[in-house]
Amino acid sequence: MAFHRVLAAVLAAGLPCVCLAQQDTQKEVERYRELLAEGNPADLFEARGEELWKAPRGPKQVSLERCDLGLGAGVVKGAYAQLPRWFPDTDRVQDLESRLLTCMVGLQGFRPEDAAKNPFSAPGRPSDLEALASFVAGQSRGMTLAAPLRHPKEIEAFQIGEQLFYRRAGPHDFACVSCHGENGKRIRLQELPRLTDPAEARRIFTSWPAYRVSQGSVRTMQHRLFDCYWQMRHPQLDYASEASIALEVFMAKYANGGEIRAPGLKR
Amino acid sequence: MRSILALPGFAALALSLVGCAGGLSDDEARQRAERVFRESFSHGNRQMAAKVEQQDEVQALCTRYRNEPPKDVADGIERSQGAVIRYPASGKLLGDWRQGEKIAQDGYGLRFTDPDTKRPNGGGCYNCHRIAPAEISYGTVGPSLYRFGALRGTGEATQRYVYAKIYDSQAFLACSHMPRFGHNGVLSEAQITHLVALLLDPGSPVNK
Repeated sequence: MAFHRVLAAVLAAGLPCVCLAQQDTQKEVERYRELLAEGNPADLFEARGEELWKAPRGPKQVSLERCDLGLGAGVVKGAYAQLPRWFPDTDRVQDLESRLLTCMVGLQGFRPEDAAKNPFSAPGRPSDLEALASFVAGQSRGMTLAAPLRHPKEIEAFQIGEQLFYRRAGPHDFACVSCHGENGKRIRLQELPRLTDPAEARRIFTSWPAYRVSQGSVRTMQHRLFDCYWQMRHPQLDYASEASIALEVFMAKYANGGEIRAPGLKR
Repeated sequence: MRSILALPGFAALALSLVGCAGGLSDDEARQRAERVFRESFSHGNRQMAAKVEQQDEVQALCTRYRNEPPKDVADGIERSQGAVIRYPASGKLLGDWRQGEKIAQDGYGLRFTDPDTKRPNGGGCYNCHRIAPAEISYGTVGPSLYRFGALRGTGEATQRYVYAKIYDSQAFLACSHMPRFGHNGVLSEAQITHLVALLLDPGSPVNK
C-alpha cells in the first residue's frame, strides 16, 4: 500500500492536472514499468538458484541435478514450459514448486516439513525455493507455454481449478473471478488480468515467478495465490496445496501458447 | 482425442470441449473442489477456515451460477437480501463525510494478518471506486462515484438507497461483486452512515 502512495505521488507530480484520464494513468504506469525493466534484480535470484541446484545439500549431500521436472531426470531446459503436469512417480499433478519439494525430499533426503519451511522470503531470511524457482523458470525463457492437460488427472485438476476460481466465500464474498473476470479493470492503480482471456493469461501467467519491487524479492506463483487469498479474507493457503495447483492448471489452460518471460518484474 | 488436442488450430475447440471431454461431471467437479478446498487451508486459523468452508446460501448460489443466476434465482436473492437490511435506530442516515473518507481509504480488517480486534475495519472503497477527486489512486472494478450526490440528489430516498446498497449490495443486484458490508458485519451501521455522507453531503469533496 505504501508503494501505491509513492507511485500516486510520482504520477501526480509529473502531470499538470490531478483529474487525469484513466488512459493517461495507464500510460504512466507502463512507462514506469519500462524504466524498471532495464535491470531486473531477479537475475541475482536466478544465479543463486543455479548454485543451489548444483550444490550437494540435505542429509544425503547430493545436488538437484538428477531432479525430474517432467522431461526426464536432469533436464531443466524447457521443463517449466510444460508445467503443471501429472507425474507418474507421485501420481499427482504438480507445479514447479511442488516438484522442487518432491526432489528435495526424494533426492536430497530433506524431511517434507523442512523442505517447505521457508517458501517465501522475509528481510534477512532468503528463500531457497524462490531462488530455485527463478533459475528453473529462467531456463524456459523465450519458449512457448505448453502445459499438457491430456492426462485424466490433469483434466480433473483443470475442472477443480475452474470450480475454485468461481467459489465465493468469506466476509467479503470474494472469489478469484471478483477481480479477474473482466478486461481493463484495476484495484487502485494495479491492472487486473482477466484470466479466462487467452491474450491476458498468456501475458500474465508466463511472467511468474517475478521480482516484486514492493516486496524487494522474487515472488513465485504459489506466493501470488497465497497473497490473493489473503486479500480475499481467506485463511492461509497451504504451500503447494492441491487447490493452488488446480488453480494453476486452470490458468495454464488459457495461458498455453504464451511466451515464457519469467522471471518477470512487477510492482 | 489426444491427436486432435495436439493441433494448435483446435485449441479453441478443445477448450470448449474440456467440460465434456471426459473427466468429472459438473456435480462431481463441485464435490471434488469442495474437498480440495477444505484440505488446502489446513495450517491456518481454524475458525477462519470453518467460515470459508461453509458458504452461505447466497455465496453458494452465486458460485453455482458463476454470478449470472437465472431470473427466478436472482429475484429470490434480491428479496432475501432486501429483508436483512437494518437501519440505525436513530433514523439518522447522513453521518460525517470526513470519517467516511477515512473509512473509504482504509483496507484494514479481517485478513489473517489483522489481529487487532479493537481497530475498526475499513471499507477499502477506493480499491474499486473513484470517489473524491483528490485521490487519483482509485480502482475501476466498480463504477465511479464522483459527484454522486450532485447527480443523484441528496434527499431521504437517496440516503436510504445508498445506505442499503452498502449494507447489502445484493438486495439490488444478485451476485454483485460488491461485498455485503453491513450484512456480513464488515462495517458497523454508524460507519455506513459516514460513507453515505461521503457520497451525499453537499460539503463532501465528492460533490464540490
